[in-house]
Amino acid sequence: MNDLLKMTAVEARAALEAKSISAVELTDAYLDAADATQALNAYTEVTHDKARDMAKSSDQRLAKGEGGTLEGLPVGVKDLFCTIGVETTACSNILNGYKPVYESTVTQNLWNDGAVMLGKLNCDEFAMGSANETSARGAVASPWTVSGDDQDYAPGGSSGGSAASVAARSSLFATGTDTGGSIRQPAAFCGVVGIKPTYGRCSRRGIVAFASSLDQAGPITRDVADGALMLQSMVSHDAQDSTSVAEPMPDLMAGLNDGIKGMTIGIPAEYTMDGMDSEITSLWEEGRKWLEDAGATCVEVSLPHTQYALPTYYIIAPAEASSNLARYDGVKYGQRVDGDSLDDMYAKTRAAGFGDEVTRRILIGTYVLSAGYYDAYYLKAQKTRRLIQNDFIDAFKTVDALLTPATPSAAFPIGQKITDPVTMYLNDVFTVPASLAGVPAMSVPAGLAKNGLPLGLQLIAPSFREDTLVKAGRVVEKAAGFSAVAARAAGQ
Amino acid sequence: MSVDKTTVSRVARLARINIDDDRLEPMAQELSSIMNWIEQLNEVDTDAVEPLASVTGHALPMRDDIVTDGEMADQIVQNAPESMSGFFVVPKVVE
Repeated sequence: MNDLLKMTAVEARAALEAKSISAVELTDAYLDAADATQALNAYTEVTHDKARDMAKSSDQRLAKGEGGTLEGLPVGVKDLFCTIGVETTACSNILNGYKPVYESTVTQNLWNDGAVMLGKLNCDEFAMGSANETSARGAVASPWTVSGDDQDYAPGGSSGGSAASVAARSSLFATGTDTGGSIRQPAAFCGVVGIKPTYGRCSRRGIVAFASSLDQAGPITRDVADGALMLQSMVSHDAQDSTSVAEPMPDLMAGLNDGIKGMTIGIPAEYTMDGMDSEITSLWEEGRKWLEDAGATCVEVSLPHTQYALPTYYIIAPAEASSNLARYDGVKYGQRVDGDSLDDMYAKTRAAGFGDEVTRRILIGTYVLSAGYYDAYYLKAQKTRRLIQNDFIDAFKTVDALLTPATPSAAFPIGQKITDPVTMYLNDVFTVPASLAGVPAMSVPAGLAKNGLPLGLQLIAPSFREDTLVKAGRVVEKAAGFSAVAARAAGQ
Repeated sequence: MSVDKTTVSRVARLARINIDDDRLEPMAQELSSIMNWIEQLNEVDTDAVEPLASVTGHALPMRDDIVTDGEMADQIVQNAPESMSGFFVVPKVVE
């Protein structure tokens, strides 16, 4: 079993093709791993029967030589993706019991390519959080531990269950969604690879909406090659998402090992903050050297509006959320609390169904959109967003990609930051700008902090240049030689 | 911009979320601290800047105004807390 869990997705796919393993064996190993690591609370539901049925079908297709690109590979699905007949609640009580009658486009793409569904993964409620602590299904413990410290550490968020399960080897890879860093920050905290593609690459149909102008799905995987393999399957042009784009995706696997010789990589001066760990700064400098050793030229660049990205995000994202979450009214799906009138029923249902952070963001969003404040806040934020996007457009006139830290610190113990919303928001200070600009970005595990927790570096590329992203990511990955395995991973 | 209890009450009413009286003051403080932190945007000169609503800049696609699905009332009400004969049931709104 341990040998099965050690394989990357690319290796497992080759072993399946060679018939040296079967999809059922591989799936059973992951189902056992999911059960064995239950204490982490990464899964909200393990779909044993569905997984075995899908694995059997995969074995039949493999036997006929008809296997898809992901045939027989077991994947965990963030609870934000609608999955037919399998409870989908965005980890919110307001959606308790909701079983979608349709499948999200992204997960359907994975099934069409032969992937096997292991179950649903824990996340922050409606993807609003940076530690997976706002989930109505409870916090997720990172499989990483600090020696001499018995506290559970946060896996990051909002795709905390996804990153934790990939790091814990209870899923071979997992889907995530990223609105302001929800793929990249947990990937960095858990020592795995997370890619947020260009806005519009992945259809948003069937993904529970948080902030529609920012939400993007992407893969969380063990390494960069797995990320390229999975992303290629997730993306598609979808007439049912009007913001989905038709630009063809380059073949990411084909160019993966082409290297970055001759490329220019920008090092943005503004990606630093007061009190940032010196370990992060050193790692960033090391990353720059790795890229130079691989034949790239690194240059200083300036993205002058970076510091305004986070406050801009905390107007735009709550504003869109307050509008998107208006649909949870106790009428069409989920929970209802009876009231004296229709209005009373709405207000009681929503008070009972939403957690504290979601309520806070709906109130902020409602406030900044309300009469008299719209221009001062929402319009102001949309204008600042334009300046932030222009910073990236200008930078990419002279550089092929940017290298930054993924997070300002390593993971923190569960419960430490939840008391202060603004401190929690600062986790996303390096990931939010690329979200606002819509450009693709990824985090790659690059080293360990002194306390043994993983640290990541972030690469950012121009829109639709995921090919550049994975090439540079592969260089960082090779140079970093990150091989540590989490102490609480299955089989450890 | 500091947010007071009355404002929290008003906004909660607009958002259709009941907030208990003893939560109004703490919520006002939380929202004030977030809104005060957001105030730093006032430093940014945005006078000649067009607001950005869509990062792709693509015009939304148009399609023919024809029915592409339907006949699925049972599926649509399947997750409703209360439904009857293919309709959602809500508290009485007209006397």
